[in-house]
Amino acid sequence: MLLLNASGCLDAVTAPEVACSLDAFVTKTVTPEPRDGNAPVRIAETDYGMLNAIGLANPGRGTFIAQTLPQLRELGVSVWVSVGGFCVRDYVETCAQLDDVTIELNLSCPNVDEAPESAAEIVAACREVTANPLYAKVSPHSWDMGETVRAIEAAGADGISMINTLRGVALDGRLQPKLARASGGYSGPALKPVALAAVMAARRATELPIVGMGGVQSGRDALELIACGATHVALGTVLFADHDAPQRVRAELLEEATRAGFARADDAYCTALETVAKLAN
Amino acid sequence: MSRPRRERRSVVAVEAVGPYALVRVERGGIDPGVPGQFFMLEAPGRVLPRPMSLCLAPRSELAFLLDPIGPGTQALAALDVGASIAVFGPLGNGFRLDVPRPLLVGGGIGIAPLPYLAEALEHPPAVLGFRSEHHAEAAALLPNAEVVIDPVLVTEVMQTDRDVLACGPEPMLEAVRALCPEAQLAWEAPMACGYGACYGCVVEVEGELKRLCVEGPVLCSS
Repeated sequence: MLLLNASGCLDAVTAPEVACSLDAFVTKTVTPEPRDGNAPVRIAETDYGMLNAIGLANPGRGTFIAQTLPQLRELGVSVWVSVGGFCVRDYVETCAQLDDVTIELNLSCPNVDEAPESAAEIVAACREVTANPLYAKVSPHSWDMGETVRAIEAAGADGISMINTLRGVALDGRLQPKLARASGGYSGPALKPVALAAVMAARRATELPIVGMGGVQSGRDALELIACGATHVALGTVLFADHDAPQRVRAELLEEATRAGFARADDAYCTALETVAKLAN
Repeated sequence: MSRPRRERRSVVAVEAVGPYALVRVERGGIDPGVPGQFFMLEAPGRVLPRPMSLCLAPRSELAFLLDPIGPGTQALAALDVGASIAVFGPLGNGFRLDVPRPLLVGGGIGIAPLPYLAEALEHPPAVLGFRSEHHAEAAALLPNAEVVIDPVLVTEVMQTDRDVLACGPEPMLEAVRALCPEAQLAWEAPMACGYGACYGCVVEVEGELKRLCVEGPVLCSS
């Protein structure tokens, strides 16, 4: 199992020591052109999570490849590049320019307009131009996760990352949206059951590696994702509150695995699905 | 610059200062940093910590002035003595102290970083504005400051021929900047991480979006 960060939840240039405490660092999403992101206010806490409407702020593909990526390579941590866009060509052109990284296609940002093509179409087009490991980050909003994942696998993806944030709204005391864009991506502890269900549904549909994420605060949460079929685990919102979370979650993961009767966390892989399969028979 | 640390610290006292709360925690190995820098304080029961500039740095303590108006600040103001919270800092860029004729300008809870700043600058003149007499009780933290109460504004009484270091609500900062384009202004924004990870805390300053936690919170307006 690898422990990663969720894209957009860590900046390895400003916090290299945190990035190096992970098995791989996932960049903030890179788009062809530079983006300032959405107007503030961009974040709001809710009772059980937080909303963000950052809007893919990034320096753009050219600056990222020329300046940021060399800085990241110097850190010595394995780099995953999150690639975003507004049409299939945006994704394809960025993928074609990336070497020696794992690519995670962000097909599910709730804070920008979506590309008109389907996730599988984008994956298929990117597959044609890159031999790098190719992950697809999918939305939890899919009605049929199994079908979505099978289509992405058929299109040539090497793995699935899930889940991205859920779209949400928070209101202030005057009943006005707290975020300037009104809605944002909902993350934090409240997401865990949604993530567990999505990973479980995806695992039933594919044997591809799955990076499970959504509401992980503790080693126990990470172990639950593994039990539902996640191969790897990513930390998101928890990194905002606790940049020591990678070491803590790793230590807790081993403790929790032992408590649940496993020698290693990986031994808990898919155990929740086995129970479901037994019930179904 | 001092390296930020994250440690669990015990609460020494929570004191009422007018409607505000002064939360004092043990300093431990945490550096108090430069005035205007901030710390992320764990707010018990909340998902995100809260950014607070340092108000006072008595020996072996760090003290934060906060306005308990939301669930996070209320949780902090309700801390019991002896309770412990995670404290992470110092973060961001503080005030430049190499100013020959400093004048401190604060509005409301924006006076929070000024007592520590006044100490570093050997108690320069200060102008503080509050919305009520009750709020103005916090002026006790900055003895000798000139105090105005709404509807009088700090910009009506402040001298403009000095090196202004200001913290307060956005309209006040905009008004100060209009009078003193060179002023050092400490801004505020909702913040998730405090260390450059989330890109949530941007403010628009002269048409540019600035990430306050790493580029601020103190920004020079020109």
